[in-house]
Amino acid sequence: MLLNGVAVGCIYGLVALGFVLIYKATELVNFAQGDLLMLGAFVAYMAIAWWGWDYWLGFGLAVVVVALFGALLDRSVLRKVIGQPQFAVVMLTIGLGAMFRTFASVTWGSEIYTLTTPFDGKTVIAGATFSDQYLSIVVGTILLCGTLYAFFNYTRIGVAMQATSQNQLAAYYMGIPVKLIFSFIWAISAATAAVAGILLAPVTLIDINMGLAVALKAFAAAVLGGFGSIPGALVGGIVIGLIELFAGRFLPDGFKDAAPYVVLLLMLAVRPQGLFGSLGRKKV
Amino acid sequence: MTEAQLKVSNIETYYGPIMAIRGVSFEVPKGDIVTILGANGAGKTTVLKTVSGVMDPQKGSVTFEGREIQRMDPDKVMRLGMSHVPEGREVFPFLSVRENLRMGAYTRRDPDGVAKDLETVFGYFPVLKERADQRAGSLSGGEQQMLAISRALMANPRMMLLDEPSLGLSPKLVKEIFDIIVRINKERGVTILLVEQNANMALQVADYGYVLEVGRIVMADTCERLLQKEDIKEFYLGIKEEGARGQRRWKKRKTWR
Ligand SMILES: Nc1ncnc2c1ncn2[C@@H]1O[C@H](COP(=O)(O)OP(=O)(O)O)[C@@H](O)[C@H]1O
Ligand SMILES: [Mg+2]
Repeated sequence: MLLNGVAVGCIYGLVALGFVLIYKATELVNFAQGDLLMLGAFVAYMAIAWWGWDYWLGFGLAVVVVALFGALLDRSVLRKVIGQPQFAVVMLTIGLGAMFRTFASVTWGSEIYTLTTPFDGKTVIAGATFSDQYLSIVVGTILLCGTLYAFFNYTRIGVAMQATSQNQLAAYYMGIPVKLIFSFIWAISAATAAVAGILLAPVTLIDINMGLAVALKAFAAAVLGGFGSIPGALVGGIVIGLIELFAGRFLPDGFKDAAPYVVLLLMLAVRPQGLFGSLGRKKV
Repeated sequence: MTEAQLKVSNIETYYGPIMAIRGVSFEVPKGDIVTILGANGAGKTTVLKTVSGVMDPQKGSVTFEGREIQRMDPDKVMRLGMSHVPEGREVFPFLSVRENLRMGAYTRRDPDGVAKDLETVFGYFPVLKERADQRAGSLSGGEQQMLAISRALMANPRMMLLDEPSLGLSPKLVKEIFDIIVRINKERGVTILLVEQNANMALQVADYGYVLEVGRIVMADTCERLLQKEDIKEFYLGIKEEGARGQRRWKKRKTWR
């Protein structure tokens, strides 16, 4: 039971992580993050259900395709608008998201699809029974976060990404290829969203609007975690997932979707910097 | 005389419509320490940024080791062998001291050389070794300046641009840092272009000096001779000779133009 809330929270956390990575590096908020999740799920579905690919092959293909697509977006579109007013960039990413949904409905149709996964059984751990669907989300999130943690802390390019996010000018002075790093960060954010989409697919089913609700809650999660903090994004996601679960269970109908935002507002009133944020602004 | 390692000819650099550098030319010979002195707002930082590629000049050229670099991005310029130690240190605050230094060596592919240079900078600034695993943001201003210089050195450059390394530091720390700058120059043969408000210190270590005023070079000479000039003594070293006041000061200023 609790696992379901944590699992859905993990998805919010992964999408929130994508928001935060891009925001920390480039100071822009990518509102198309949820639609990248949707694209990931569709590409995997196409490979697995239409082309008959193995689940893991389809999974891998979708992640790679969406990652490349993220890098391409950065190179071809977002690089051009750096320095424009925030508002313009926000509108642009919202517009991109709408384009992706149109593209998806033209390419794959606007039906609702079910992705068959290897995770349809149940697992008994310490006497409690867990559904593999939800378990796979939690395990997948842990593995992905572990990989990202190691990548950002122990590889040269990973540390260079942190450095670029902390001080772009100094990164230039070190000879770090800042533009390439931005594309790389976009690729990682997009890949994270794709993984979230594929893991989420068996739970919510696949349709062109699946990313919208997720992105809104993930955005709330990122704010809750103190927009800019990576652990904050994940914890924020899980908190929102759990709030939703309990609100759905113990409160009258309709509260389920509003509860996360109520908590977010309360939180911002009490601790405006978020759970993990600091009030100090970073230097550009 | 052989061709200078760095040659800047008639650069004009703008911030939007504001012309910050108004036709500046200077040369830095290989192996020398050259300083550009100037008061706050004279355009020293802008000159360095134009040289290292952060800003592009509207006019003029920057030639480094025979190659024109005035349109290049800073990461490219840096790969040619020129390291820029920016004003205000600009360390990566949430990375450890060691990681900061490793980022300095980002472009290098010789791990043995990098390890050796890491030991060298720890030798120059032992306090950095003590604090190697601390976040750079937690260091004092002086330690951050040491880190910024060391980080630039980790790229094994042939030329270093230093933007006011003495800014905000105690005289004792300034002395310590300038001693190391001289050692870097002498022991490693790194050419140094040093920009300073602290004329006293800069003129003592440099071979040749330029004086920058509101975007123009108004004086250029060997540091030995600059140290003797009345104007320099009065306006940059704060030594006022009796009688050299009032009208005379105003007249002196005029002679620079
Ligand atoms: N970002 C900026 N935008 C507009 N004007 C600037 C900017 N930075 C510096 N300036 C102006 O350019 C001139 C030179 O500045 P700077 O190169 O920083 O001088 P210095 O380093 O000698 O103190 C100053 O008049 C300053 O006001
Ligand atoms: Mg300056």
